[in-house]
Amino acid sequence: MSKQTRQDQPILRMENVSKVFGGVTALKDVNLDVFEGDVLGIIGPNGSGKTTIVNSITGFITLTSGRIYFKGEDITGKKAHKIADMGVTRTFQIMRPYYSLPAFKNLVIPLFSPRAKRTGGWRGGGTLGDRKTIAIDILEEIGFERDSYIPFKTTSTLPTGYLKRLELARCLALQPEVIICDEIFSGLSMSEIASMVPLIERLQDEGITIVMIEHRLRELFQVANRIMVLNFGEKLVEGAPEAVMADERVKEAYFGSEKMEEVMIYA
Amino acid sequence: MSKENRRKERIDRGIKVRSDGLYALMSWREMAYLIAPRFILIAGLLALPLLMPGLYWQRVISIVCIYAMVAISFDFLAHYVGLVCLGGAFFIGVGGYIAGIFNAYFGMPPLVTIPLAAIAGGAFCTLLLLPCLPLRGVYFAIVTLMYPLFMARIIEAFDLFGGTDGILGIDSFPSAFTEQYFVVGILLVFVFGLRRLVTTDMGLIFTAVMDNDQAVRASGINITYYKALAVFIASAMGCLAGACLTHIYMWSGISQFALDFSILPIAATVIGGAGTLVGPVIGCLILVPVSELLRDFGTLRIVFYATLLVAFILFRSDGIMAFAKRKYEQIERWTLI
Repeated sequence: MSKQTRQDQPILRMENVSKVFGGVTALKDVNLDVFEGDVLGIIGPNGSGKTTIVNSITGFITLTSGRIYFKGEDITGKKAHKIADMGVTRTFQIMRPYYSLPAFKNLVIPLFSPRAKRTGGWRGGGTLGDRKTIAIDILEEIGFERDSYIPFKTTSTLPTGYLKRLELARCLALQPEVIICDEIFSGLSMSEIASMVPLIERLQDEGITIVMIEHRLRELFQVANRIMVLNFGEKLVEGAPEAVMADERVKEAYFGSEKMEEVMIYA
Repeated sequence: MSKENRRKERIDRGIKVRSDGLYALMSWREMAYLIAPRFILIAGLLALPLLMPGLYWQRVISIVCIYAMVAISFDFLAHYVGLVCLGGAFFIGVGGYIAGIFNAYFGMPPLVTIPLAAIAGGAFCTLLLLPCLPLRGVYFAIVTLMYPLFMARIIEAFDLFGGTDGILGIDSFPSAFTEQYFVVGILLVFVFGLRRLVTTDMGLIFTAVMDNDQAVRASGINITYYKALAVFIASAMGCLAGACLTHIYMWSGISQFALDFSILPIAATVIGGAGTLVGPVIGCLILVPVSELLRDFGTLRIVFYATLLVAFILFRSDGIMAFAKRKYEQIERWTLI
């Protein structure tokens, strides 16, 4: 399995990253290494700085201090579209589709980007043909029924499950090296999540590094090979899922007095 | 057909495909259904100068086309890129002055100055608007409203290009006929060109920037570049209109920065139908002649004008084009069961 892949150089590295919003310290001296082929889970209570990590890696906010490296290259302070162009893609917790366009035309936009032109887009094989056809191929891959009306529907009429998939599809269209999923399971039904988990596993098998921010612990622990716990902007614990689950500090900070097993059941 | 075995059916029934704007055409008759409205627009605009009695009304048609160019550039920016730009007068003025300068001071013919004004003016306007591009919605609107006033005051204060007198002695078009067909032709190119542009993949980027600019950034696309490109397209159209205006009046001056050129195109877009790119042309075809007809009423003109606008906003708030499109699609025919 590629699950235990370790190389000397991490694909993503955060060094002493801090972010202060006015008087609120959202992140405080966070250090993090993500290796190629990892599925890293980031968990933590509400307001612990999880989304701030996503925003700072992908260039949507500027850091107060610290540095971020992608494959050894300093990407601190780079513009968001430049970082996406390098292959570090993200989804948004609150979905950001183009509501006035049909679903398949949503993917024409990432397929029009310089990166897609360079890489040929998802499974484009280096040559980018008709963007609308590739868009429908990608949609089929992530679970939009090809022969149905759904890929052609205006995005504003689609249910949440499809919009979450569309977020992931936008990343795939860029042929990413890293996907950072910001709560991709939240708001989905059990059956929808059950169909998303194999998709994540398949992406991991294809060598894409995945960082997942998640509240759905049961599904996260199924796919993740490493977990980081954040609390009040500070890294609490980092390690294998089993070790993190057993850690007393995590139970204390994140789950209060409840037993871990109970949390896993209700999560 | 007897009465029992027939029913009504929409004539677009057989040719509409599941996605918007896609048709499956099998015969000339079905093609005619799509061609007819476009043909009416083209033939109508080309015939207008011939139908007008006298030079005065022919001149009005030229002015209609000038306003219509600014109006579709407003419609494009506001409803396809999400930048509500109140700077129509800025584009007209910049284009007008550039054409005036190159014609009066350097002796270039209109055939050179008009394209030159479009390109150079578009670049100039885009450069000046570049700092405002991160602004959105009403903030962008207010800043762009300021630009024409700013330019007019600078020209007045520093007495540039003839100051308040403006640039005199500019060449006119060779004849009234070339003048009218030049502006009508350019207008038609703009209308159909823009309608084509917004359906291309690049046009989709513009719509995406309007819908959700953060998601466009996350797709690895530089939104500032595409916003600037859209502003360049729109301002080049506005500047070309301004250059035509200069050659029609044989004069360019600070009244080309007057707010009329910002406000009337917006009113025309509201009346004609926002986001259709044809609606603004129809709106101008109504508003500009009405404004001319009401000249006899002196200051009361504004009252009639405002009443007309209010009536449209109350009773046809989605515009003439949306209404006409709906009615056209609802046309029915009898068919055998």
